[in-house]
Amino acid sequence: MLDSGLTHATRWALLPGAGHLLLGRRQRGVHLLAYTVLVLGVLAWRWDRFVHALTSTALDQWVAALFLVASIAGAVWFSVWDVRRLARQAGEPTRGKSPMRIAMRRFRANSLAVASVYVIVLMYLVAILAPLLAPHDPSSIEHVMETRYLAPSWSHLMGTDEFGRDLLSRAIYGARVSLSIGLLAMVVAKLIGTTYGAIAGYFGGWVDNVMMRAVDVVIAFPTFYLMLMLVGVFEANIVVLVLILGLTAWPGTARFIRGEFLSLREQEFIESARSIGLPAPAIILRHLIPSALSPVLVSAAFSVAGMIGAEAGLSFLGLGIRPPTPSWGNMVSAGQDALLVAWWVAFFPGALLATVLIAFSLLADGLRDALDPKALMRRYL
Amino acid sequence: MIRYILKRLLQSIPLLLGILTATFFMIHLAPGDPMDMYLEPQRQRQMDPEVIELIRKRYGLDQPVYVQYVKWVANVARGDFGESFRYRRPVRGMLAEAIPYTLQLTVLALLLDALVGIALGIISAVKQYSALDKAVTLGSLIVYAIPGFWLALMLVLVFSVQLNWFPTSQTRSMDYDLLSGGQQVLDRLWHLVLPVFVMGVASAAGTARYMRNRLLEVLNEEYVVAARARGFPERTVIVKHAVRNALIPIVTIYGLSLPFLLGGATIIESIFAWPGMGRLTVEAVGARDYPIIMATTMIAATLTVLGNLLADVALTVVDPRVSLEGKARAR
Amino acid sequence: MLLEVRDLAAYFFLDEGVLKAVDGLSFDVEAGETVALVGESGCGKTIVALSLLGVVPSPGRVVGGSVRFDGVDVVRASPAELRRVRGAGIGIVFQEPGAALNPVHTVGRQIADVVQLHRGLTKHEADAEAVRLLGEMEIPEPEKRAKAYPHELSGGMRQRATIAVAVSARPRLLIADEPTTALDVTIQREILDLLGRLQRDFGMSLLIITHDIGVVEEMARRVMVMYAGKLVEVGDAERVFRDPRHPYTRGLLGSVPRLGGGRKTPLVGISGVVPDLLDLPPGCSFLPRCPLGDASCTAVFPPLEPVAGRLCACYKVHDAITT
Repeated sequence: MLDSGLTHATRWALLPGAGHLLLGRRQRGVHLLAYTVLVLGVLAWRWDRFVHALTSTALDQWVAALFLVASIAGAVWFSVWDVRRLARQAGEPTRGKSPMRIAMRRFRANSLAVASVYVIVLMYLVAILAPLLAPHDPSSIEHVMETRYLAPSWSHLMGTDEFGRDLLSRAIYGARVSLSIGLLAMVVAKLIGTTYGAIAGYFGGWVDNVMMRAVDVVIAFPTFYLMLMLVGVFEANIVVLVLILGLTAWPGTARFIRGEFLSLREQEFIESARSIGLPAPAIILRHLIPSALSPVLVSAAFSVAGMIGAEAGLSFLGLGIRPPTPSWGNMVSAGQDALLVAWWVAFFPGALLATVLIAFSLLADGLRDALDPKALMRRYL
Repeated sequence: MIRYILKRLLQSIPLLLGILTATFFMIHLAPGDPMDMYLEPQRQRQMDPEVIELIRKRYGLDQPVYVQYVKWVANVARGDFGESFRYRRPVRGMLAEAIPYTLQLTVLALLLDALVGIALGIISAVKQYSALDKAVTLGSLIVYAIPGFWLALMLVLVFSVQLNWFPTSQTRSMDYDLLSGGQQVLDRLWHLVLPVFVMGVASAAGTARYMRNRLLEVLNEEYVVAARARGFPERTVIVKHAVRNALIPIVTIYGLSLPFLLGGATIIESIFAWPGMGRLTVEAVGARDYPIIMATTMIAATLTVLGNLLADVALTVVDPRVSLEGKARAR
Repeated sequence: MLLEVRDLAAYFFLDEGVLKAVDGLSFDVEAGETVALVGESGCGKTIVALSLLGVVPSPGRVVGGSVRFDGVDVVRASPAELRRVRGAGIGIVFQEPGAALNPVHTVGRQIADVVQLHRGLTKHEADAEAVRLLGEMEIPEPEKRAKAYPHELSGGMRQRATIAVAVSARPRLLIADEPTTALDVTIQREILDLLGRLQRDFGMSLLIITHDIGVVEEMARRVMVMYAGKLVEVGDAERVFRDPRHPYTRGLLGSVPRLGGGRKTPLVGISGVVPDLLDLPPGCSFLPRCPLGDASCTAVFPPLEPVAGRLCACYKVHDAITT
């Protein structure tokens, strides 16, 4: 009886989410189902653009279309795989509460943080699918005198800018620039920082000393000033900007990782593990990752927010991404001149920026609260 | 104490040298002719090649890089940052003019930040889970996360453009010179309100969050519970024991915000057309006016180093557990 | 009766659920007597102490019961009444030597503050009294020590200083929460002696909270054994230790090496682990580790009942004839 019920669910799992719903896993089922419906909806709504994009030579169109297809396929595959996995575990006793599960549960209880995740995912989705979703061409300029500075209306939900370009479309494309730079810059910073800190911490001694002196020099420059200087020296395009942002932010992570390495080396179990014959890098990785993962994760979330903000600030000053490439920062800057006549030009891109930054901050806060062991209370027992 | 400060200053010299070197080489990594450092390419094209060679010789650009480096370091040590090539004025003079304007903004903003931020943080922590606490926690997160330039523009939109309560930009009104002395002071203050408010409130949000978290930690410490258990009234417990301890790292933070005093207003100055260090730097970056860029970056980095020293010293004053010798050993 | 506790319950309201740290404790303490509260770490002993003073930190709080001290019910008292009980009525010494001392105030000042608060002395008089008290705690050079900060003192001296703060307002009841656990063995001896002396000199009652049976045997006339937030055995220390009835108490005593037991007497541990107070099943909390337990123990936690001259909370103890 149980078996046939499970096979039933597995078959239904081909419709992402349905299988989970049948098994009683409501939350996951609803998520999968909603996501699939959303993606299919976009597909249906923009069918002709989708077809055009599949055969287009422009990379971003192709990526958007491919992403649509891939995510549907991915949802189906995950749905089936996960239902199978759950079916197999149905007979086993309930597992204990690992710290990861406790953290997940705490995180999910934080409704603001969960809402932030939705907002962020939604924004990144829109950014990736930009060519399919944008109502107008963000760079087309025609009949400027009739179309410039139009107030928000049904045909232009966010109004138009000084050249008559649709602000909503520009905002959608701007999302790509701002969001991708933010994410990539954070990844660059974390990678450089972790590697640097790991090397310094692992070798210790004079290597560590020299490396940390170098970090001191980098840290001495206020981050924004360092970015300003580098941007003044190197012409800023997306790649350069990602590198500059990443190169100014790695020292924090480096110091932290190095600290973790050093404290690990002090601990006795390294000696005991060595005495059994485990190779050093394996030991350190195995023990480092659990303890370092949480803080790095929290710091990564804060960091993305910082990077997005930094890029926006630089672009606002005219030193980051320059027009006509839309970035939320330079769009707000363009709006500053028109503040008296067309408030929407500055308002909407900035509001989007604010939303994303608030979402990442809430996410980071939520992560920190969820992962932080409540060591305080245990003491009293 | 004096000896410690002197020792730390001496120890900072290699770091400062490192900063100088880093700045110099970052500029020199720039693609293109080093001649561009001193003379814009457009002007070069218009000039006689022989004259260009003379200028090159004069600025020592025909010398190898390390010679230029040494010369530059020697100049900086004497306080000579060279000439802005846009304005053909000594950078030092331009800095001297700009710094007071920036200080007006940052010092006032820092005061606002400290007063409002710390107070809100304390109240929020003491009345945890109350409506006020939730409002402060969420509100400070939002204000802290919002991009400063957008906040400034929106405030300008509402309070300047729509309501006309405050001026949109500049440090003073157009008819300033016609005003009496007292009116002039008022005019300056009136122009200060919006920029200081934006900067102050944004950093107050951060301070409030930090103070709240810190106080919540301290409130759970055993000595606070013990103080309560000894029978002290709640207000004494909170102020004399909890807040006193919670403020300790805040002192460090304010020490470390020394560089903020000169560099923290870059975006605000751009928005309000404020003639301070920030705007100077931004314009210089846009125009590739390298002498100014190098000078402001150097100053910012030096202030950071000094700020660290200030923070360390302040910490030893405020926290009896921290001793100067301990700090010296830990370096 | 100096202290009457009835059905005291203190819960912690966490995201993961409700943690019942103290769940229905009842006991008395007479003037001048020494009582010990014994149990493993994690059974809620410290929360009992904090509840008596009404200082349980959030997210915990006292949810029920009464604590009558000197005519005041601490659980329902007004802030003014509470302030009088705390410090002047009941004093408390914490486990970590010095954790109860504010790191940024000198030791002398902390004592003087309490003295000023409860005994109405001027600042000058209070400072002098602080030095005198430090001397009474057998701290050498008390004038110098009074000007020192907590981190400048050794562990033993910090504990003496904490005791000085605790007794400076002449409380009638002194609670000592694991007063010797974090100290060296030699210092332990001195601190226990000090506590005993103070009790005699000041005529205080002493409530010692500990997991160390040796300390109990030294100091206490009566003992209360606690497990998972509840009392399981209460009675004269001598009787309980000579003839423990509750399986947990027997396990505790069997696991401690005794002089005179000879080398052949094996140390018997108690199998299993301390239960998670978040997730307590109904019935006797000791059941998973109990050699005597069976299905009849699963419904309701056994009440404390008189057995062989002491109180014991166990369904099985009446039947068994023990040696």
